[in-house]
Amino acid sequence: MSDILSPGRKKAKLDRLAELSAAHDDERGVSLWQEAFRRLRRNPAAIVGTVILGVFLLVALVGPFLVPYDPAAQLWKDEIREAQAFYPGPRAENWFGVDHLGRDEFSRMIVGARQTLLVGVVATLIGLTVGTLIGGLAGAAAGLGGRWGRWVDTVLMRIVDMLLALPSLLLAISIAALLGASLTTVMIAVGMVSVPIFARLLRGSMLAQSNSDYVLAATSLGVRRSKVALTHILPNSLAPVIVQSTLTLATAIIEVAALSFLGLGNPDASIPEWGVMLADAQRYLDAAPRLAILPALGIIITALGFTLLGEAMREALDPKLRK
Amino acid sequence: MALLDVDELAVTFARRGQRTVHAVDGVSFSVDAGEVTGLVGESGCGKSVTSLAIMGLLPAGKGVRVQGKAAFDGTDLLQLDPRAMRDVRGRDVAMIFQDPLSSLNPVVPIGVQVTEVLVRHRGMRGEAARLEAEHLLDRVGIPDPTRRLKEYPHQLSGGMRQRALIAMAVACQPRLLIADEPTTALDVTIQAQILELLKDLVRESGTALVMITHDLGVVAGMCDTINVLYGGRVVETARRRPLFAAPRHPYTVGLLGSIPRLDAGHGRRLRPIPGSVRDLLHWPDGCAFAPRCARQVDACLGTPPQLRREPDGHAFRCVNPPETDDTGEAAGE
Amino acid sequence: MAAAPAHATLHTPCRGTVFRFIVRRLLQLVPTLFGLSLLLFIWLHRLPGGPESAILGERGTPEMRAAIRRNLGLDEPILIQYGRFMKRLLQLDLGTSISTKREVTTEFLQRFPGTVELTAAAMLIAIGVGIPLGYLAARRRGTLLDHGSVAGSLIGICVPVFFLAYVLKAIFAVNLGWFPSSGRQDPRIDATRVTNFFVLDGLLTREWDASLNALWHLVLPGLALASIPLAIIVRITRASVLEVLGEDFVRTAQAKGLTGRVIRRRHVLRNAMLPVATSIGLLTGGLLSGAVLTETVFAFGGIGAFVADAISQRDYPVLQGFILIIALVYVLVNLLVDISYTFIDPRVRVR
Repeated sequence: MSDILSPGRKKAKLDRLAELSAAHDDERGVSLWQEAFRRLRRNPAAIVGTVILGVFLLVALVGPFLVPYDPAAQLWKDEIREAQAFYPGPRAENWFGVDHLGRDEFSRMIVGARQTLLVGVVATLIGLTVGTLIGGLAGAAAGLGGRWGRWVDTVLMRIVDMLLALPSLLLAISIAALLGASLTTVMIAVGMVSVPIFARLLRGSMLAQSNSDYVLAATSLGVRRSKVALTHILPNSLAPVIVQSTLTLATAIIEVAALSFLGLGNPDASIPEWGVMLADAQRYLDAAPRLAILPALGIIITALGFTLLGEAMREALDPKLRK
Repeated sequence: MALLDVDELAVTFARRGQRTVHAVDGVSFSVDAGEVTGLVGESGCGKSVTSLAIMGLLPAGKGVRVQGKAAFDGTDLLQLDPRAMRDVRGRDVAMIFQDPLSSLNPVVPIGVQVTEVLVRHRGMRGEAARLEAEHLLDRVGIPDPTRRLKEYPHQLSGGMRQRALIAMAVACQPRLLIADEPTTALDVTIQAQILELLKDLVRESGTALVMITHDLGVVAGMCDTINVLYGGRVVETARRRPLFAAPRHPYTVGLLGSIPRLDAGHGRRLRPIPGSVRDLLHWPDGCAFAPRCARQVDACLGTPPQLRREPDGHAFRCVNPPETDDTGEAAGE
Repeated sequence: MAAAPAHATLHTPCRGTVFRFIVRRLLQLVPTLFGLSLLLFIWLHRLPGGPESAILGERGTPEMRAAIRRNLGLDEPILIQYGRFMKRLLQLDLGTSISTKREVTTEFLQRFPGTVELTAAAMLIAIGVGIPLGYLAARRRGTLLDHGSVAGSLIGICVPVFFLAYVLKAIFAVNLGWFPSSGRQDPRIDATRVTNFFVLDGLLTREWDASLNALWHLVLPGLALASIPLAIIVRITRASVLEVLGEDFVRTAQAKGLTGRVIRRRHVLRNAMLPVATSIGLLTGGLLSGAVLTETVFAFGGIGAFVADAISQRDYPVLQGFILIIALVYVLVNLLVDISYTFIDPRVRVR
């Protein structure tokens, strides 16, 4: 059968085809990140989480410059009557009232935000760094290193598994007991708790990538294995790590509070941190519940913000949900 | 009267923030008792959605709208309340799906998955049900059925799983069987066996069969009547011989012409249909196939073509159909 | 398909294969426990003040410390020290508590039942409420119940357990007086002790009031402790049910015309519960650490409160014993979960 279409008519056909399909423009190639961002924008949980975090960051970073009083100054000590369990409540001078040592609670809450953020971030960074190092090494070794690589992987993962033998709080307690009570200790302890999670995450990601076709193609083309690991595998493993960091931040803040409650936190209570503030306030629950409720609310809302955002990001970045 | 009479079936999916998808846009066909009818088309033409709509298995949701009629033995299935429909399913109308592994419950033994149909519709219990299940497995060609009853899906091969699913479908001797791409997920040799089995069962029990597939070879070997779907509509309906000998719709012509031929001589190019079914299901106004059609004229755009019926029952939707002698290269029988 | 070995086709795995599987997993346990004991040993040595602190705490004169060092043979090679350490461990000699001056093992045995009762109560609440709630939330997707459950579980994870415990205590015990605010049982009830599991003891001796009273004391701390596992179980159940509902085999079941109840029981739930079962094992660890916090708030006489005191008093022998026990329990529970998994998921069965 002869060709139905002459070149001229063929071109007209394709133009017509393009014209008719131009009405549907969502066929452009979109990267994972762009699409994830778009999905996030529409997700109400993500919006709430971002707003909460935005406020929190603002308060934490800018707030301390604007506080009315020095959070460590016990300016109203004389007004406290311990016998009658009287601690001055919210008033014009002290928006959140006065704490059990005569300090302005509002200033302490604001500065405490920064401290809490710092602690959470550092703890998460510790876990992230150590965990991804171990996990990345294990994953790269297992995927690309042959027999020797697999041995390295097994050893590293066994070590990580031992960290998992203890529930997180107990692990944190052990480490804190080891290093003595201080804020640094608490940060390290909480950080180490999240190491196994990051290690497993990155190792799993790298292993999965190592077996994928494009890595096979790259290595068969002669690209050096280390280069493959760095330039191909690592960037693709980024997404779950980011999601996990956000979620870990939330739990880190809560665990720091728990450790402080148990007396392993910073004995120097002059630098306010919400966890320590909450722990200290337990004794005054009857007299001045706001001293506990305020930092507790701070912790809960902030952790909620991080969790909402983290969960929303996880959903948004899930490649299975791509259309 | 036809056993199943589908009349202007339409299914739309509406999602917030996105355009409504017309997955099925006015499908009409009928199935006579004891006949094998084919629903042929590429992915995205709405054939699976059609069958799910008839069975009442579409995901229930605010955005799903089903219109039209699907009369089974006179009763419109689309109007039945859920309880009545539940009675019909499995007993009068049964369905076989594409992927046998995912269509089976992985943590329940095969035997139970067969007997549960017998329990539900035939009131069988205990030993009687078990024996009948064994008999059914044997009938569909599964060796050593006694042992298989206690096995789990992952212990069976792909072909055996599909046979088991067929057993579950015919357990209550339904009058209509719908098979949605039953062989697509299987090896070629197994495909032939399964199709033979289906043909056998249909012949033996007089069950009507609706065969949904994208594979013209399957259709050619099995179906008495064939409906070709494109863009959510039936674009051509014919008995088997006339369809392959003298297709009247350009899409059918294209389909048949695109099949690679062993006798086509060395160096002949393959002849695909230009363009592609973009997975948007947002069909243009007028004939859905027009953008890809070599015979497109102005009348093709704007309004969908009406159904034209020839005296021999051959029906098609095209305002500019190819002349019958234009199809010399169509795949013969 | 090649002929499968006979035992692989039985509905229940034959005794031989399961036994071998269990033995194999127990053997895999050995290096982990070994590594743990090694870590513990290193931990003791690195404590501020050295292992002497494990016995003396942070007090003690330099002479006492020197004497202990000689006594413990700390001048000897590390390996011998480790050997001694392991020997004592295997004899279940966990040392003596610095604060109470009694043997750590004794103290634990006495307090253990209380924590078990509390943990069991919390787990019961978490499962009994969590699974139905998660299931309903998945079935009624998009409704208020669904959104409420999701929101509630998110909040549940974000509230510090000890704070929740205090709030519950303040409102329901101190303020409203509906529940007792501390202890495991009213001391005025002269209850007979058989096993030290107070609820059980009451049942065994037919002292119903004792049992009831003990149960009453478990409500508030149980609720506080259950908050996190409950939240997690709701989330996992909901996600799992949602996933299973979208599976093809559920559609097949519907195509067969099966009743809703059959589909729910045999097809949806049996598959959806698999991930839930695994997480229950993992949650046990969190429960044990949460118990430390909760028991402190409610002055509940279990191991948790004891350990919390030990932490603040730097009572290292107690800490050491606790770490060891928890690690053991956690590892064993996970092993149990793994083994039970072979019974509930036929795809995992050993050949």
